Amino acid sequence: MSASARPGAGAGPSLPASLAANPILRDWVDFTDDGTVTVRSGKVEYGQGVWTALAQVAAEELDVALGRIRVAPVSTSSSPDEGVTSGSRSIEESGGALRQACAQVRATFLAAAAEKLGARRAALHVDDGQICTASGATGLTYWSLNGPGLLDRPAGAPVPAKPPGRWSVAGHSAQRLDIPDKVTGRPRFLHDLVLPGMLFGRVVRPPGPGATLDRLAAAELPSGVLAQVHDGSFLGVIAESDPAAGAAAAALAEAASWRTRETLPDEDDLTGFLTAQPAQVLTVAARRDDAAAASASRYLSAEYTRPFLAHASMAPSCAIARWDGAAVTVWTHSQGIFALRGALAAALGVPAGQITVHHAEGAGAYGHNGADDAAADAVLLARAVPGRPVRVMWSRGDELAWAPLGSAMLARLSAGLDGHGRIQSWRQDVWSNGFLGRPGTGGEPRLLAFCHVAGGEPMTPAADGPPNGTIGSTRNAVPGYDIPDLEVTRHRLLTMPIRTSSLRSLGAFLNVFAIESFMDELAAVAGADPVSFRLAHLSDPRARRVIEEVASFSGWAARPRGEGTGFGVGFARYKGTSGYCAAVAQVDADTSVRLRKLWLAVDVGRVINPDGVVNQVEGGAVQSASWALRERVRFDRAAITSVNWDSYPILRFTEVPEVAVRIVDAAGEREAGAGEVAQGPVAGAIGNAVAAAVGVRVRDLPLTTEQVTRAIEES
Amino acid sequence: MQQELHMTVNGSPRTISCEPASPLLDVLRHDLGLAGPRFGCGAGLCGACRVLVDGQPRSSCDLPAWAAEGSEITTVEGLADGAALHPVQQAFIDEQAAQCGYCTSGMIISAVALLRGNPAPDDRQVREALDGNLCRCGAHRRIVNAVLSAAAAAREPAAGRAAAAGAGSGQAAR
Repeated sequence: MSASARPGAGAGPSLPASLAANPILRDWVDFTDDGTVTVRSGKVEYGQGVWTALAQVAAEELDVALGRIRVAPVSTSSSPDEGVTSGSRSIEESGGALRQACAQVRATFLAAAAEKLGARRAALHVDDGQICTASGATGLTYWSLNGPGLLDRPAGAPVPAKPPGRWSVAGHSAQRLDIPDKVTGRPRFLHDLVLPGMLFGRVVRPPGPGATLDRLAAAELPSGVLAQVHDGSFLGVIAESDPAAGAAAAALAEAASWRTRETLPDEDDLTGFLTAQPAQVLTVAARRDDAAAASASRYLSAEYTRPFLAHASMAPSCAIARWDGAAVTVWTHSQGIFALRGALAAALGVPAGQITVHHAEGAGAYGHNGADDAAADAVLLARAVPGRPVRVMWSRGDELAWAPLGSAMLARLSAGLDGHGRIQSWRQDVWSNGFLGRPGTGGEPRLLAFCHVAGGEPMTPAADGPPNGTIGSTRNAVPGYDIPDLEVTRHRLLTMPIRTSSLRSLGAFLNVFAIESFMDELAAVAGADPVSFRLAHLSDPRARRVIEEVASFSGWAARPRGEGTGFGVGFARYKGTSGYCAAVAQVDADTSVRLRKLWLAVDVGRVINPDGVVNQVEGGAVQSASWALRERVRFDRAAITSVNWDSYPILRFTEVPEVAVRIVDAAGEREAGAGEVAQGPVAGAIGNAVAAAVGVRVRDLPLTTEQVTRAIEES
Repeated sequence: MQQELHMTVNGSPRTISCEPASPLLDVLRHDLGLAGPRFGCGAGLCGACRVLVDGQPRSSCDLPAWAAEGSEITTVEGLADGAALHPVQQAFIDEQAAQCGYCTSGMIISAVALLRGNPAPDDRQVREALDGNLCRCGAHRRIVNAVLSAAAAAREPAAGRAAAAGAGSGQAAR
């Protein structure tokens, strides 16, 4: 994404892209009469703590107390369009824009105060919103000076923001603004929202992705049902109460007969599936060095896989919609409300200006989940009852079966080592469905319900972005190590029997698991210690620092060794361009794996809320451990079958390891998000720890008893 | 068929006219307007809807309302003493023991039930008591620390903060 602030402005510094695209200052910051500051961002909160960090940025740059900052709910009607809240970019993009906006707001007020007081601007400063001179308060404040016109102008040329060395709010741990509501049970989530006259809708989904409605018998619907919607294979009901809607949906499901089709692959042969499909084959990286390749004398190759993974958020997807004449209002926990608005407009054939999308918090989001699809469901059902808001909440089963999934992946690696134990050549081929399937991708609405209505088409296979190693299945497919001869190739599937889209860290989880497992396999061939082997192939000092830090505080050099217990290390720079993370895992393992402890060292550049970063890294580490050890979407040839917490288990309290996180100081470096840095390195570290404990390499995730046993038998 | 049910909810006697087979969760959320107990799975497998039923932690999503007839129900909204949060709630704030917070109500209910029966649990006992509560964001370590520090605070109020500070293994190395 690039946006130039002032076309033709020459070589001067440009505004942050988000601010350049949404330049009016009052759209970012406003001062209400009650002594509070309203901050607007286009980035949404979903438990990652971004609103708290953004509030810190604003408080710091405006010189007001953090307690005065209110972060406004995000809406297409009032918020800057900052695209999708994803990819660990919020602090960099929105934080950067907000910091500059606030710096300009502060400068604007100081100039206004100077004029009013007949004082030099340099003689004034701001103390908690009060305009002060060296001798004290002037009586002027942001609130008293705030008049029409002052902030209703585009941002000007960039002004210097406060250097981090002078920060007193940003850069220091702050308690999350949203947690008090969450511990007291106050309504906070979209799921808690009750609108006047609200009705309850349910959708009856087909029995599988390939199924279509054959026949719908007349159903005897319970009292309290206001409408039934039947459009192609899209079936739904609207009722006065949620129980009535549930009973009506059950009756409708009874009355429906479906043509089922077996369209899904063999869940026990994902490699066969991935390699047999038509694919778009593109080069991700090609650094050829024939002389180096020729110097290799020992060769190794291996294949690593991951299954399909589910978002498995704690709350099922939910949405509310209301039609008022031609106008549509939607309440959603989507990560991309502007894209959702565009996709709904395209699918409905109405101008986007007729649709307003309000965001409200859902449970944790880890990528493109069912939120947008639930919004489409609500819109289609609400159309049948004009003027009444209709709430749709998915069942747990629909959430696990119908939300987009993270694709199964295969990585095939080979490398050549020279006689000194240095990697001279590396080949990596990655097979995957695409990771980019959000609403609007490729000009297609990509909303589930609109595929099921009459005339609806199946979604085209998910896109995957340019094959550059930073996005899609190629994210982190290019090893960050110093390797002279290297070639990486992407095989993006051109069929999509199981719907895929963005899931936390995209391809990085499997790519880093593969690369880091393979690094240990190569280190073993070279007779080198895994940490030393990595350092020997890393010249980037920031990369070296996180590995050295994690080795030091995990006690790597003095780690206990012996059958049944193992330590492993993993490292990656997220996207190859973002935050650095190194992890060490300790496991006890025979055929079953018990993860005891994770140590992580991260360098995510300049940090706004250190405890927020630690929280995100811990959470990412635990989720990655859950993926690596437990998770696998199950299916037969017709449908997803892992539809509850028994068939899709995630890590529980008694299985979750101790986690220790250290932030490596990098205050001079630009911000990099922390939410996804841990996913790959933790998987690599766990895989390597298991190999160290059982003496056998397990290359297929998840590392369940079944997979470990199979690897032992095949060894 | 609607029926009148009687239960005490967060200390107040309530008479609710509802379908007796409705899940207790629906009665609490829709009829009584309590947002704290949350729908997660509808099958008693995730703990987001947990409430205390006569002092015992129970999933309310798979408990028919008739089974709560005559019972004392406590939701997360009923734990605070006026403006003073319950020590477990306060500890969740002090430890920043949440990410999305959707599971938090159920976690707190399970923790309160544990501490009533065992005021000095160890790490293992806390994890076992919370094993039926799922968290997808990975806030487990913070949640365990919050429960341990709440227990310490209840035993010896002055020691609570110190225990909380000592329990955290996450740290910023400047």
